[in-house]
Amino acid sequence: MADTAKAKGGGTARSTGGRRRSRKDSTTSATGGTTSGVADEKPDVLLDYYRRMLLVRRFEERTGQAYTQARIGGYCHLNLGEEATVVGLMESLQERDYLYTNYRDHGYAIHKGMSPRRVMAELYGRTDGVAKGWGGSMHMYDTQTRMLGGYGIVGGQLPLATGAALAVSYRGGDEIVMCQLGDGTTNIGAWHEALNLASLWNLPIVYAIVNNFTGMGTTVEKSSAEPDLYKRGSAYRIEGVRVDGRDVLAVRDAAVDLVEKARSEQRPYILECTSYRLKGHSVVDPAKYRTEEQVAQARANDPLAAFEDQLEKAGVLTEDKKKEIADSVKDEVADAADFAENSPPPDVSTLFDYTYATPVANESRRMPADPVFAE
Amino acid sequence: MSVITYRQALRDTLRAEMLRDDNVLLLGEEIGLFEGSYKITEGLLNEFGEKRVRDTPISEEGFVGAAVGAAMMGLRPVVELMTINFSLIAIDQIINHAAKIYGMFGGQTSVPMVIRTPGGGGQQLGATHSQNIELFYAFVPGLKVLAPSTPADAAAMLRAAIRDDDPVMLLENLGLYNSKGEVPDGDESVAEIGRAAVTREGGDITLIGYSRMAAVGRQVAEQLAEEDISVEVVDLRSLRPLDRQTVVDSVRKTGCAVIAEDDWLTYGIGAEIAASIQEGAFDYLDAPVRRVAMAEVPLPYAKPLENAALPSAESITTAVKETLSAVGKRVG
Amino acid sequence: MSEIYMPRLSDTMEEGVISSWVKNVGDKVASGDVLVEIETDKAVMEYEAYEDGYLVQQAVSEGDTVPIGAVIGYIGDSPDTAPPESGGESAPAEQEQETAGEPAPETGGGTEQQPAQAPAPEQPAPSGPDGSAGTRPRSSPLARRLAREYGLDIESISGSGPKGRIVRADIEAAAKQQQAEPEAAPATAPQAAAPQAAAPAAPAGQEAYDDGRASSELQVSNVRKVIARRLTQSKQEAPHFYLRRTIDAEALKAFRAQINTQLEETGTKVSFNDLIVKACATTLRTHPEVNRSWVDEKLLQHGRINVGVAVAVEAGLIVPVLHDTDKMALSEIAERSRELAGRAREGKLKPQEMSGGTFSVSNLGMYGMDSFSAVINPPEAAILAVGAMKQQPVVHEGEVVARNTIALELSVDHRAVDGAVGAAFLKDLAEVLENPMRIVV
Repeated sequence: MADTAKAKGGGTARSTGGRRRSRKDSTTSATGGTTSGVADEKPDVLLDYYRRMLLVRRFEERTGQAYTQARIGGYCHLNLGEEATVVGLMESLQERDYLYTNYRDHGYAIHKGMSPRRVMAELYGRTDGVAKGWGGSMHMYDTQTRMLGGYGIVGGQLPLATGAALAVSYRGGDEIVMCQLGDGTTNIGAWHEALNLASLWNLPIVYAIVNNFTGMGTTVEKSSAEPDLYKRGSAYRIEGVRVDGRDVLAVRDAAVDLVEKARSEQRPYILECTSYRLKGHSVVDPAKYRTEEQVAQARANDPLAAFEDQLEKAGVLTEDKKKEIADSVKDEVADAADFAENSPPPDVSTLFDYTYATPVANESRRMPADPVFAE
Repeated sequence: MSVITYRQALRDTLRAEMLRDDNVLLLGEEIGLFEGSYKITEGLLNEFGEKRVRDTPISEEGFVGAAVGAAMMGLRPVVELMTINFSLIAIDQIINHAAKIYGMFGGQTSVPMVIRTPGGGGQQLGATHSQNIELFYAFVPGLKVLAPSTPADAAAMLRAAIRDDDPVMLLENLGLYNSKGEVPDGDESVAEIGRAAVTREGGDITLIGYSRMAAVGRQVAEQLAEEDISVEVVDLRSLRPLDRQTVVDSVRKTGCAVIAEDDWLTYGIGAEIAASIQEGAFDYLDAPVRRVAMAEVPLPYAKPLENAALPSAESITTAVKETLSAVGKRVG
Repeated sequence: MSEIYMPRLSDTMEEGVISSWVKNVGDKVASGDVLVEIETDKAVMEYEAYEDGYLVQQAVSEGDTVPIGAVIGYIGDSPDTAPPESGGESAPAEQEQETAGEPAPETGGGTEQQPAQAPAPEQPAPSGPDGSAGTRPRSSPLARRLAREYGLDIESISGSGPKGRIVRADIEAAAKQQQAEPEAAPATAPQAAAPQAAAPAAPAGQEAYDDGRASSELQVSNVRKVIARRLTQSKQEAPHFYLRRTIDAEALKAFRAQINTQLEETGTKVSFNDLIVKACATTLRTHPEVNRSWVDEKLLQHGRINVGVAVAVEAGLIVPVLHDTDKMALSEIAERSRELAGRAREGKLKPQEMSGGTFSVSNLGMYGMDSFSAVINPPEAAILAVGAMKQQPVVHEGEVVARNTIALELSVDHRAVDGAVGAAFLKDLAEVLENPMRIVV
């Protein structure tokens, strides 16, 4: 595991090669965050990031609550603890850029531009959901904001995103594709096939690995022979960078760097964002049963708490501002939940509306108990 | 009207569609420089260049998935899988992705792509290269699966597949590539997906097949006509959607049916056809529905074993005659 | 009929005690009603019915203990549904009793009853799991459908397919054969001269003690099958009502004698039946509302008057039809009737000579019947049953005298003709027959 503290002094992400047609020079590097960045940033930008991270946090908390109330069904994977990564990555993309993600997609959907209302309505399985209730938690999708889908099969999104980049390249466009994936996904065949194609065909794509060091319960060390995941593109001459995923500014800087290189060089890149699993609600209120040391550790690992501390120290986040933001986020999430609650569920008559885009003869529209031939 | 091969019909159609629409591009192993394992893409790299005729690494999951992603962006990729056996490596992208994306995201993005791939045994290719596993794909809503048996259908169905906005599997057949048939000159006809066809009318018995077995079925019908046996041949043409009505209408007329299929019998395409006949023509059946299908073994290499395992004109003829004699019709 | 089982009403319960029955045998039960109170290992619980019906048996008495799943009672569709006599495998004792060979009680000596002397051990098992299904002939679905359409009894046809399966070819051959036999043509209208004479059903398949008097199955002719089918249809579908009128036949008798004298040279002889047939036709002209048919929920008015005349032949009953009876002269009716009857006995009637009837006459006077009730010959709306001419004491011009009378009974399909309409017809018919000049004028 890379020592992020040590890497801190390394400054912003470096690209020491990877120029088009000069693949031999491709290398990988690990880079830390940019604490000095807080001082360099405009307060408005910092407060905006803070608000967006808080929105992910509160939205996911509300989602978790609705899930326990059986308002939301199926599988439900939350972005808790990944707020800095989500906001940092999404900040690097232009509106015209495309995004593919895995099933842990709520925060990405919101910060690629979908309204929290429609994301929540999708979670509730309602007609106003981004996929009209056909997808659910794992399958946020919106043509408008170019979020081309959360996917449930681990690794399934990799060839798709690569193909989308192929289409951009085929048409000579200047968009790039970002493909988010988890640490466990780097062991599946599709990962290697996608990297090989992207590199062979010089496609403008950034593979963003969210590494929380644990796939369900198996650690990265136990599943990856090369646990430095950003290095796993080297066999395909793809440059990779590691960044502290708890640091929103570091993620943003590294991502912007790679996204723009992918765009200008028409080359694939890998960005690894490290993060730590948070322990649900205890993180929000750890003081009662934790030592001071533990509290400090937890706040350091909690990207939102850490960023809050930074902004308070820098005098950007005042008590009033904090309350104002907290209230507005709370309202926005409550509004999203209300909206979802009031959105109608899909009518059963729409069951056969989305099997085929081109209508076709003899398409089956029988319900389970219907006879095949009505007589 | 020219008489051309099934292979030629496919190649001509690919070329015409590439000329017609810049969004059509070809992906596959050895389709460029090598001009295709079965020479369907002959001359196309020279004419259209590497951008549109793209040789892929041996990486079926990767390039089939990339085609799905490109199709989501509005391109119309036509993927060649060297044989249907290799589709198993890409099956996650075909079934979990290509077939799902339109519905799973509430109809926002279609996947206008084609996977062309030949099935079929009989070439001494052994167990892993001789399978007929079209059933796997015909099983899945969201996919359209076509199985032409003539050069004219191959052209019209490929044209329809490329112009369709949904993922289409076009099942070709190693045993049919060299078969010849009439194709109208300058033909622009687009097959209607989801329609079977009565390719020969008859009154004594219905013989149902698709792909190679539809072609063999027509030969059998011709031979039996000389013995005064009138066989109606139904070519399924589309395995999904399945045109049950045409099958049932024919069986209602003749009262008995034989299904010929190159795949394995148990759970095979013929099982679905037989079930449909039972559901739609129960009161019209004068004899049990008979199926002629591959022996249920991994297909062996040695010629006598391979021949014995595969359905043939002879095995279809036997089944037809036995069925007819069971309903009291005079058979030679 | 469905069972009520001892329910599992606690997580540790293995058996339960019937604490008390809330419903009594014969009580109506609705889903949700409390049926019974059950004492579990923990408490006394109410147990509700899951379906509507009647409690027809309490299989377990109050105070008794049975395991979970045991049958404690039965719910039937009606209060008098008979509960099963044996509880299947759970009640071996009762089963023994049932097959203990006691002679079946005699129930009135009807010929339909299974011969009472049949010794019990000879009886086949009451309901073997495979039962008699194995004796059903094999047949294709197509053959079964065609047999239905042709009105053929598929069990009487032998199959030419594998293992004797009856296939389309067999049905078509049988249908052709049926058409070749004129009396079997579907238009045949056997009629009701002896409607009550249905043969007692032979207990088919029963092997009885054979002293030469046991029932046996006879070959059934197609005519017999058609009679059975059509008259069953008539009695089941057409609501019959019956109108009776006895006529004074003195004038009719004199009229007949007069006509026959005049016809003597021609060799033609007019029968009473001919006169009645002609009278019916004449009266139908003034009562077209009886010359109707109720078919498929539709009321048909017939323009032509075609009277059928029942004829008994060896194969069964045939009804040749006199087309346009109202336009025929009496002598024509007489000649034509005899000709048709003769050919009917030889089995040489053409199908069209047996079809198209709009009214029928059945006469059992020659057998001395006083009167009888006939079954309507569908799709006609009425049939006239004619009894024997008999001398009866009647009041004539204020005095009781012996006069010749004939009893008429009109069977009418109420769907097509109401009572008053039928009565008006019969009244006029009687007046015509009592003033026989009106038959011909």
